[in-house]
Amino acid sequence: MRMILESKDVCKSFGAVTAAENISVRFEKDTVVGLIGTNGAGKTTFINMITGYLKPTSGTIHFLDRDITVLLPREITRLGICRSFQTPQLYDTLSVEENLMIGLGIARRNMRKPIFSRGPKTIPGHKGTAKEAAQAMMGRFALTVYGDQLAKTLPGGVRKLLDIAMAMIVKPLILLLDEPTSGVSAEEKFGIMDRVMDAVRAEGVTVIFVEHDMDIVARYAGRALAFYDGRIIADAKPEEVLADEEVLKLVIGGKKKPHQATVSSDHA
Amino acid sequence: MKRIDPTLMALILPLAMLLAAGPFLPQWVLFLVTLSIGKGFVVLGLMLLLRTGLVSFGQGLFYCLGAYAAGGMGTAFDVSDVFLLLVSGAAAAALLAFVLGFLVAKYRDIFFAMLSMAFSMILYGLLVKTAALGSSDGFNVPVPTLFEAKLAEASTRYMVFAVACVATFFVALAVHWYQKSPLGSLSPAIKDNELRVEYMGASVRHAIHVKFVIAAALAGLGGALTGMTVGHIDPEMAYWTTSGEFVFVTILSGTGSVVAPFLGSLIFELIRSYAYEYSPNTWQMVLGTSMLIVIVFLPAGMWSVFASRRKRA
Repeated sequence: MRMILESKDVCKSFGAVTAAENISVRFEKDTVVGLIGTNGAGKTTFINMITGYLKPTSGTIHFLDRDITVLLPREITRLGICRSFQTPQLYDTLSVEENLMIGLGIARRNMRKPIFSRGPKTIPGHKGTAKEAAQAMMGRFALTVYGDQLAKTLPGGVRKLLDIAMAMIVKPLILLLDEPTSGVSAEEKFGIMDRVMDAVRAEGVTVIFVEHDMDIVARYAGRALAFYDGRIIADAKPEEVLADEEVLKLVIGGKKKPHQATVSSDHA
Repeated sequence: MKRIDPTLMALILPLAMLLAAGPFLPQWVLFLVTLSIGKGFVVLGLMLLLRTGLVSFGQGLFYCLGAYAAGGMGTAFDVSDVFLLLVSGAAAAALLAFVLGFLVAKYRDIFFAMLSMAFSMILYGLLVKTAALGSSDGFNVPVPTLFEAKLAEASTRYMVFAVACVATFFVALAVHWYQKSPLGSLSPAIKDNELRVEYMGASVRHAIHVKFVIAAALAGLGGALTGMTVGHIDPEMAYWTTSGEFVFVTILSGTGSVVAPFLGSLIFELIRSYAYEYSPNTWQMVLGTSMLIVIVFLPAGMWSVFASRRKRA
């Protein structure tokens, strides 16, 4: 399979604290990878380094053979790596549709070549006008009924979906999700993930997601990486990682093998 | 049938009426309206910044620079054409804002406000100490002409008034369209969440820099127009209280429409004129009270009266 993202010996320290230690990992195109680990294990730091929010202390990150280690978040977004956030980052005083339209406006602006041109009328990768593209994305994420509602009035689960839809609207090649189901009720979380997975499958997007819920990882990821103390201690199929002795001891806690009943390769 | 943009109508109707009524209006009304338009341009720029979550307490810098650029063109180069003077005012302010913007666009909140105020006070200090520019007395601006044709005094007043009305139409419409453009529509997004704007692929600093330059050009234009209308300019135009007055009018007007700054500015000038006329010793109190009333009853500014009516309709 074609490699899309690669980190080589990536290290990150905050003073005496090491948040990432020699992380070397390759991600293949069109795969879904779950990152697991306890709080402070280095999962979000890793996501933040890929998206340019943090710069590695040493090591490199390549996206499709291009070194993106020192690029800014907006430059990385323009290349095709988008992210959602653990706490949804929305435009609270704008409606759901406007939240998405902002992303389309930026994409359209980034497409233009001469400095004073208005950019293409349609957004590459989308059909129709910006409004139609926003409506199509709302339909895909079950947000149509909330279209005119201000983002600050949305319930928690819908905020999560909108946050992810805002990352998807600029047609990324890689989508990074930071705890997509945190703070969401148990009934809602599978619904959210089903929506997201349907959308990414339709678009052919590579997904890397951070998750504390092992059921989610087992059900949706095709590959799991277990982080501990800034290192990757296991990298395999979810059922193998979740059964790994070291992962059980350091990440999940306890000796029993949980979640095996929910592991299903259909969803991977 | 395609619906006509209500902003377009809200601009055309009153401006056409003013233009038509102009020759029959007393001189003091022409003066008051032209002055309000001049200050309305500054407030329009501030509105653009306020929509982005930025308050500039130093717009007097560009207002004053625009006026001095227009006045300087008149006295030093003998240029008196009304259009050239307006353009030189706007261009000088935009140029300075382009340079300062590299620094100012890094700051937010109170730091942005104070930094902009600091720059305006530097200009004030420089002008007060510069004898060649009349120090604290300033200097007189030559009477403007239309395409170099000198008009009678009364006609000049109407000519400047008419040019101001036409300029309001084009400038306000341009700002209205800009706000709908991809870069312009980023304002509320930047105000809400800068992090997300960056993660959607846009540069917040670049967007703020552009808005800062536009706001400055508008302030320069307003300054040039005010200078021509009053016929005299002085360093007080860069003083912090002048900038504060613009912020005052921006809040009074609201950020709902490009028409609001001009309406707010006109109402402000009317209140001030009448308050000064009827209670010369306590006119500031009248202004303060009217401000309090607006804040309490119309927290989104006077324009919210029209906006909420349209929503109900």
